Amino acid sequence: MAPLSEHPPMATAAKEPMLPAPFRIEKVGQETVDTFTVDLVPVGDNGGFSFLPGQFNMIYVFGVGEVPISISSDPENTQRFQHTTRVVGAVTRGMGHLKKGDTLGIRGPFGTHWPVEQAEGRDVVVVTGGIGLAPLRPALYYLMGHREKFHRIVLLYGARTPEDILFRRELERWRSKFDVDIQVTVDRGTLGWRGNVGVVTTMIGRAPFDPANTVALACGPEVMMRFALMEFQRRGVPSERIYLSMERNMKCAIGFCGHCQYGPTFICKDGPVFRFDRIESIFNKAEI
Amino acid sequence: MIQTLEGIVSEHPFFKGLDARYIQLIAGCAKNVRFREGEIVFREGDAADQFFFIREGLVAVELMVPHRGFTTLQTVGEGDALGWSWLIPPYQWRFGARTLQPTRALVFDGKCLRRKCEDDHDLGYEILKRFLHVVTERLESTRLQLLDLYGAPV
Amino acid sequence: MSEQFVFGGDRFPGVLDALKTRGYQVIGPTVRDGAIVYAELGSASDLPIGWTDEQDGGKYRLLKRADKAFFGYVVGPHSWKKYLHPPIVRLWTASRDAKGFQIEEEKPAHRKMAFVGVRACELHAIAIQDKVFLGGHVVDSQYQARRDGNFVLAINCGQAGNTCFCASMKAGPKATSGFDLALTEILEGGEHYFVAEIGTPLGGEILRAIDSKTAAAIEVEKAASIHANTAKQMGRTLDTTGIKELLYANYEHPRWNEVAGLCLTCGNCTMVCPTCFCTTVEDTTDLTGDHAERWRKWDSCFTSDFSYIHGGSVRATAKSRYRQWMTHKLATWIDQFGSSGCVGCGRCITWCPVAIDITEEVRAIRQSSASNDGGESGGKERHDSNS
Repeated sequence: MAPLSEHPPMATAAKEPMLPAPFRIEKVGQETVDTFTVDLVPVGDNGGFSFLPGQFNMIYVFGVGEVPISISSDPENTQRFQHTTRVVGAVTRGMGHLKKGDTLGIRGPFGTHWPVEQAEGRDVVVVTGGIGLAPLRPALYYLMGHREKFHRIVLLYGARTPEDILFRRELERWRSKFDVDIQVTVDRGTLGWRGNVGVVTTMIGRAPFDPANTVALACGPEVMMRFALMEFQRRGVPSERIYLSMERNMKCAIGFCGHCQYGPTFICKDGPVFRFDRIESIFNKAEI
Repeated sequence: MIQTLEGIVSEHPFFKGLDARYIQLIAGCAKNVRFREGEIVFREGDAADQFFFIREGLVAVELMVPHRGFTTLQTVGEGDALGWSWLIPPYQWRFGARTLQPTRALVFDGKCLRRKCEDDHDLGYEILKRFLHVVTERLESTRLQLLDLYGAPV
Repeated sequence: MSEQFVFGGDRFPGVLDALKTRGYQVIGPTVRDGAIVYAELGSASDLPIGWTDEQDGGKYRLLKRADKAFFGYVVGPHSWKKYLHPPIVRLWTASRDAKGFQIEEEKPAHRKMAFVGVRACELHAIAIQDKVFLGGHVVDSQYQARRDGNFVLAINCGQAGNTCFCASMKAGPKATSGFDLALTEILEGGEHYFVAEIGTPLGGEILRAIDSKTAAAIEVEKAASIHANTAKQMGRTLDTTGIKELLYANYEHPRWNEVAGLCLTCGNCTMVCPTCFCTTVEDTTDLTGDHAERWRKWDSCFTSDFSYIHGGSVRATAKSRYRQWMTHKLATWIDQFGSSGCVGCGRCITWCPVAIDITEEVRAIRQSSASNDGGESGGKERHDSNS
């Protein structure tokens, strides 16, 4: 399989980064009660779309507005990509009403990516909760697709209830096909659930990885990441090998509108994936 | 290689730093135990005279909720301690526990250990310190569950 | 120092004419609604001749001067970002069609602009915004289009304002770069003339269009002494020593709570600040739903939903928003763009309805900084006059 390119081409109309390019919806699939995935393909022959795991697009619903959503598909596929999202506002609601054949405007890809290539030769521990699994899914595809390059791979995933577990079939397939340790837990069990119940951060303490040779990737609610970090630090993983995906309000995604500022960083261009030591001094501060 | 109970106890992170004579004493109260999948470890309301360290497997801490059935609140697995009601009067299980997978554990005679802690407060302090840690971790975890972090935005 | 020139005050209108004949839209200060604002100038007589301004925390008023100086005031509520980074810009229009939608980009249509009367602090502010919009990986085409072909006629301030502290921020009072032409206005003993410094060949060309001659040594000296005097008159001071580290170390300083008790989060400071650049993007549609537009508008980090993400705002309190603004302006800006974001123009002090003074806030935090094991919060100092 080809290595990921360093500077993937942007999908947007050549010169002007505030102009969305049209992409056609190939499929809309309901994942859970409030989460769905859209599959997008290029319109005409605008060359395809490539991105690095962890990056996001600004998705424009005609006449409604634009939101930043992480790309959730396999980065090796340049002819079709996916976005998985919950319905949280007017734009995502508008998206959820679209059907196959409808058009979405895409600007992107933007942002920094998960350091999958730097993790080669090491254990990789992925900790995520809720919709946080979606931005990590491209990285997981990469890890599975290049399995021989990594030592142990551990995925710790927390969902709200068993009905909210995303990509269940895919998790099963990875578990059965690859040498990976996938542990799923829920905050609240339901009748018939015979798996883990409890917050995902409690699984870090006994997860099988070597802290001295591990890269940790975490994505989810900030509180979850805060506690996950404490567990990683308790096990001795250094801050320079822990990566988080941060989120802030976004309008332009190109570093001009000022909304996504997080301390001295702009999440649209210095993030969303951050090496933890670079944001450690502001991470635990309130209202930054 | 068959490990002695004393060996297992002394290696267990929970007992790290404990004086050798206490290790011996505690090991004296311990036994290996196996459960099949779906077996009851202890029942809500029963006398709490034991505690467990899970060596392998998965156990659900549960509560019987009318109209909902046995509801799992948390699961504990390899390396986790299970049960602290043996330490606090009325020494009664507030919750039940049932295995979700075949499970191996160390079971400790809580009644016996309680007596020994009363006799030797130094031992008592060491035990309480360690169990306090277990309780705070569970509390922290429970608080995070309560926050319903993955729930719909307000 | 390059050769300097001199021309009489009666020649000044010729400068504006020379710009107009070259196709420039001439923009400069004028009196309107009780303030000196920037607007298109019909002629030199539109300038605030014989006017001056009196400014303080939360206070601004115009007074008549005893003389007929063209530029005898400092800065008003407008800054040049009004023209380079306009408050409302349409980015594109779009229409639905069979294949989805078609977008038509809106190219800025305007005449090249000549800015007349740009102060040193404003030159620095423009340079700072140049860095933001033109100095990164992505260039803001809207800003670039307006900045290209821009003529800058700078004025060296003949007096400092009561809220000015450009000297502290090393952004004035003398214009040192970023201009085509820089003038110092001199009124003395019945004479009225301008000493001119050429910044670019274009500036030289405009100067040659009017009748100017090489400045005499005494005229150059006179201009220099005006610059020196202005520097000494600054109404405020701000100690920038280690300011980035100071603010980074004091995110939880009690002073933030105090200023939050006053701050209305009205956002005036961000509107008048010449470097504040935050915008929002608004997508609109007509009633048919077939035509859509995208607009870019000025925004302020003081608004309650500026930092909104799923269900709430990250910076919900006034305290966090004031802290964000000030820390960005004086500290994180340095990490982002390599310089301070503040040029010491004093506008935020003048136009704050409750007279919050950024120089006082820095002073208070410095006095009892966490890194000094500080004690008192310095609340008593709140309404003392500037030191």
